[in-house]
Amino acid sequence: METRIGVYICHCGTNIAGKVNVDEVREYASHLKNVVVARNYMFMCSEPGQEMIIKDIKEYGLNRIVVAACTETLHGHTFREVAKKGGLNPYLVQMVSIREFDSWVTEDKVEATEKAKSLIRAGVYRVNYHTPVETTTYPVDSNVLIVGAGIAGITAALVLADAGKHVYLVERQGFIGGNMAKFDKTFPTLDCASCILTPKMSAVKNNPNITLFTYSEVEKIDGFVGNFDVTIRKKPRYVREDLCIGCLSCIENCVYKEPRFMSEFDEGIGKRKPVYVSFPQAIPLVPVIDPETCIQFRTGKCVQTCLKGCPTKAIDFSMKEEIVKVKVGAVIAATGFKVFDATRDTKYGFGRYPNIYTTIQMERMLNSAGPTGGEIRLQDGSIPKEVAIINCVGSRNENFNAYCSRVCCMIGLKHAHMLRDSIGANVTIFYTDIRANGKGYEEFYRKVMLEGVNFVRGEVASIIPSENNRLTIVFEDTLLSRVRKKDVDMVILNVGLEPHDDWEDVRKVLNLTCTKEGWLMEKHPKLAPVTSLSDGRFIAGAAQFPKDIPDTVAQAEAAAAEAMSLIDRGFVESEPNVIRIDEERCSGCRMCISVCPFSAITYNEEKNIAEVNTGLCKGCGACAAVCPSKAISQNNFTDEELYAEIMGVLRE
Amino acid sequence: MGKPKVGFYWFASCGGCEESQVDIAEKIVDVINAVDIAIWPVALDFKDSDLERMEDGEMVACFLNGAITNSEHRRIAELFRRKSKYVIAYGACSYMGGIPGLEVSKDKKSLIERVYIKGDIVVNPEKKVPVTEYTEDGIKIDIPEIYERPYSLDEVIDVDFYVPGCPPTPNVFLDAVNTLLSGKIPEKGYVFGSRKSLCNECPLNKTKPEKVLVKEFKRPHEVILDPEKCYLAQGVICLGPVTRGGCDALCIKGGMPCTGCFGPLDGIKDYGAKAISYIASILDSKDLDEIRRTLEKIPDPLGTFYRYSLPGSLMYRKRIGDEK
Amino acid sequence: MSENFEPKIVAIFCYWCTSQAAELAGTSRMTYPPNVRIVKTMCTGRVDPQFILWAFRNGADGVIVSGCHPPNDCHYEDGNFKWFRKYVLLSRTLEQAGIDPKRLRQEWISASEADKLKKVLTEFTEEIRQLGPLNHTIREGGV
Repeated sequence: METRIGVYICHCGTNIAGKVNVDEVREYASHLKNVVVARNYMFMCSEPGQEMIIKDIKEYGLNRIVVAACTETLHGHTFREVAKKGGLNPYLVQMVSIREFDSWVTEDKVEATEKAKSLIRAGVYRVNYHTPVETTTYPVDSNVLIVGAGIAGITAALVLADAGKHVYLVERQGFIGGNMAKFDKTFPTLDCASCILTPKMSAVKNNPNITLFTYSEVEKIDGFVGNFDVTIRKKPRYVREDLCIGCLSCIENCVYKEPRFMSEFDEGIGKRKPVYVSFPQAIPLVPVIDPETCIQFRTGKCVQTCLKGCPTKAIDFSMKEEIVKVKVGAVIAATGFKVFDATRDTKYGFGRYPNIYTTIQMERMLNSAGPTGGEIRLQDGSIPKEVAIINCVGSRNENFNAYCSRVCCMIGLKHAHMLRDSIGANVTIFYTDIRANGKGYEEFYRKVMLEGVNFVRGEVASIIPSENNRLTIVFEDTLLSRVRKKDVDMVILNVGLEPHDDWEDVRKVLNLTCTKEGWLMEKHPKLAPVTSLSDGRFIAGAAQFPKDIPDTVAQAEAAAAEAMSLIDRGFVESEPNVIRIDEERCSGCRMCISVCPFSAITYNEEKNIAEVNTGLCKGCGACAAVCPSKAISQNNFTDEELYAEIMGVLRE
Repeated sequence: MGKPKVGFYWFASCGGCEESQVDIAEKIVDVINAVDIAIWPVALDFKDSDLERMEDGEMVACFLNGAITNSEHRRIAELFRRKSKYVIAYGACSYMGGIPGLEVSKDKKSLIERVYIKGDIVVNPEKKVPVTEYTEDGIKIDIPEIYERPYSLDEVIDVDFYVPGCPPTPNVFLDAVNTLLSGKIPEKGYVFGSRKSLCNECPLNKTKPEKVLVKEFKRPHEVILDPEKCYLAQGVICLGPVTRGGCDALCIKGGMPCTGCFGPLDGIKDYGAKAISYIASILDSKDLDEIRRTLEKIPDPLGTFYRYSLPGSLMYRKRIGDEK
Repeated sequence: MSENFEPKIVAIFCYWCTSQAAELAGTSRMTYPPNVRIVKTMCTGRVDPQFILWAFRNGADGVIVSGCHPPNDCHYEDGNFKWFRKYVLLSRTLEQAGIDPKRLRQEWISASEADKLKKVLTEFTEEIRQLGPLNHTIREGGV
């Protein structure tokens, strides 16, 4: 059949047309071989633009479409749908990026126009070789895996569970709640974090649609969108969840009469026993035994008073790691963040001098359920009179993290208010800029200012101990352009947020992409902020980038909606870029099998050929690159298509 | 009408191709009965003038072996093209450039120097090198000019069919002769031999593991090859997967891995590049330094992967006739 | 070498990492030489050495292939390693054939490294400009 190509060049307002002479390019394209019609239009993705293509398909009998506009990632789907509406196989469309790959990255107008011509030429050459690609549909499993049970994971789980979807909520710590469970009050409304979080935590526990895996990690996710096989590794907590009634008498009866070990939950300012719960309202209310500190594990010779004191004999020192496999249709990654390790920026003296705390330690100290019972005390037991809060620790600093951590300014204001309120301390905030851009945030800032908190726009140079256990802050007052000093009793370092140390492993297991810092990448920063680049995997919360609770919750609800949209649609289309094996050509050499990472190709000994399971094929094309018999071709990326494209960009 | 006339000729060639033609043994009698050999200078005393005298298209087919390396080769090749209905490039040199074709990676000057002046067993104090004109005793002789580079036959003239091999095996030669005699003329550009790679007919293919992954590539003399097991799986570079079959796996049966004389399968643009692709891909290493170290141990990759196909390869090929 | 020589550069990028970086370079309005023409594959593992030679054959003066950072960034487990192995062997072969291996560049650029992409493409274009045109017909005299 005769090839009849239509070329559609988008102005994208002035985004393209401001650099590329679209009329000249259209004229050029109209003379390329097999091009029947070439048009340009203000917004090709708009309704009239789409209609124009559909009309042309019918009027000119087009059987190939080239759209020169933004990118395949952004609008590939749009124009495939357009082709479909016009009665063409959607894969007979080729997107050519003359915006991201040309007008936006080229300075000179003539050069940009020439480049657009060459890219369109390549697209036209390529589209000649396009063949219809048929995809099959697979049902979507209605279960969802949520990784991380902080406020993001909890919110998403509850939304989904309320809609009747079954959720597997996996948390690596022994208890859910994440960082929010550590906080005392939340800005700017100052409602207590546990008051708003703990009801949600119990709802998770009580919802029959949520299976909670705490002290567990996702080991592996196989399969594809709609049909993931998840392997979960449950670490032994040495207290059996099926027997424990949460009376906590094991903790009381532990041979250690007093807590002696650093509590991770209390960020190092509190102590716990080898058998512990994070806090008294922890979910699940089943203690964890830490084998690193438990005498039974360290010496094998403990009198096991915990077990003796346990009314249900739930303590089991022989518990082993357990592997659980579940099937889900969608995955939500809500893996959260960690705070900046303040010892890394040595000028602050954190970890060396007393009475210097991080904001998250201050949260624990302020928390009435925390290690000090909500009392703010210096190490000598006295009440601090003069407190400094230093913002941007580890943030907005090229040596550590160039980005703004977004929540710290508000945390600093909150702490200033609470310290004034509870102990009447004189508080000074050392800030770079105050960023209070949320609902009620600016008003809160103003309120705190009026309360008499001091604000110094300044860069801290160093903190050194001075007389009477006080601390001297040396800083540059950037409004006065002068180096100044100030003596205080206590310093709070307003630490930024960072991805977890093991973000690379997490990213690999969940098959997601990350920014160079380790934040999870969204598919599009504006239009697809909770969708990842991997189908069926969504992202929520501060794992994507630092964000406060309202934003986190909103994103978690959005991720839940995305997952639900996938599940309720009920089917997914198979990977279009799978490979085909031509039996007539296949020589049975099995080089393809050797390179396939997904075991999608098997050897048929009887016929002496390789056969592909397109359900397993993920469309990387490694086998097509290798096949020495040219028996394998990858849909949408055949040798001929790529040769034509390469030739196209090079020809004059 | 008499028997169809055929011709045979050699250019830059080792003579192995002629050997292969007579290697069909007693079947040569059938060939001789069926055709009239109009020209075969290697076997009988034919002159160029015999060829020149022929009518255009007088021969049905000619089998030309050897690479084109000088002006004489080209003149004769063009004559054959005129005089023969079908031109068959016979053997790896004519088909793809072959062993003489490896010279394409060197320039003519250094090559002449190497052969005529600096060679280990050359004594040439006057540094005499080939010239194109020579006069002695008043007689002027024209001497063919050596080209800057060797060519495969189809870079110089239009070729209809190809018989691969270094040399072609008797069976593939017979197949070509019988096909043409049968009148079922294949489409232009057809390469005789199998449609599938050597692995397809290799007796060791069934011993290949499901995944062939290699820790290290070794040369045949560095290992004691198990003749009952796929050589590639034993870590020896065997070009069987990328090479056209039809040779009856003679080298494999003789204990040597395939070096690729039958050339690529249909649709492969560049034999060597495709060989590099699968050989490199099956290296079992995920360590960048180790990958470099291991692959650097493969000696002479150009000669290994393009042993027979260099002039006709994408790196050198003069004619670009492959695109649409 | 001509003063006005504008090298032709083919950039083969994987969909998941380097193409995304190129999109980000676009949305961030970073400029780089227009000599670079991007061709996408799903994975660098799809890149057949024949593509590289085909590009040179068709007039490319330089080819750059870039994919996801090893060891873990590849969307298809180890396609980046597969490409790297081909690249190492192909580079050596090009050198033997008299094609400066600098004309084939290999990079790892992740989806967020638009700044690196800009730097690499600018640098590579300049390097090829210095090398001059890859005159493929250089040794084709005679016939």
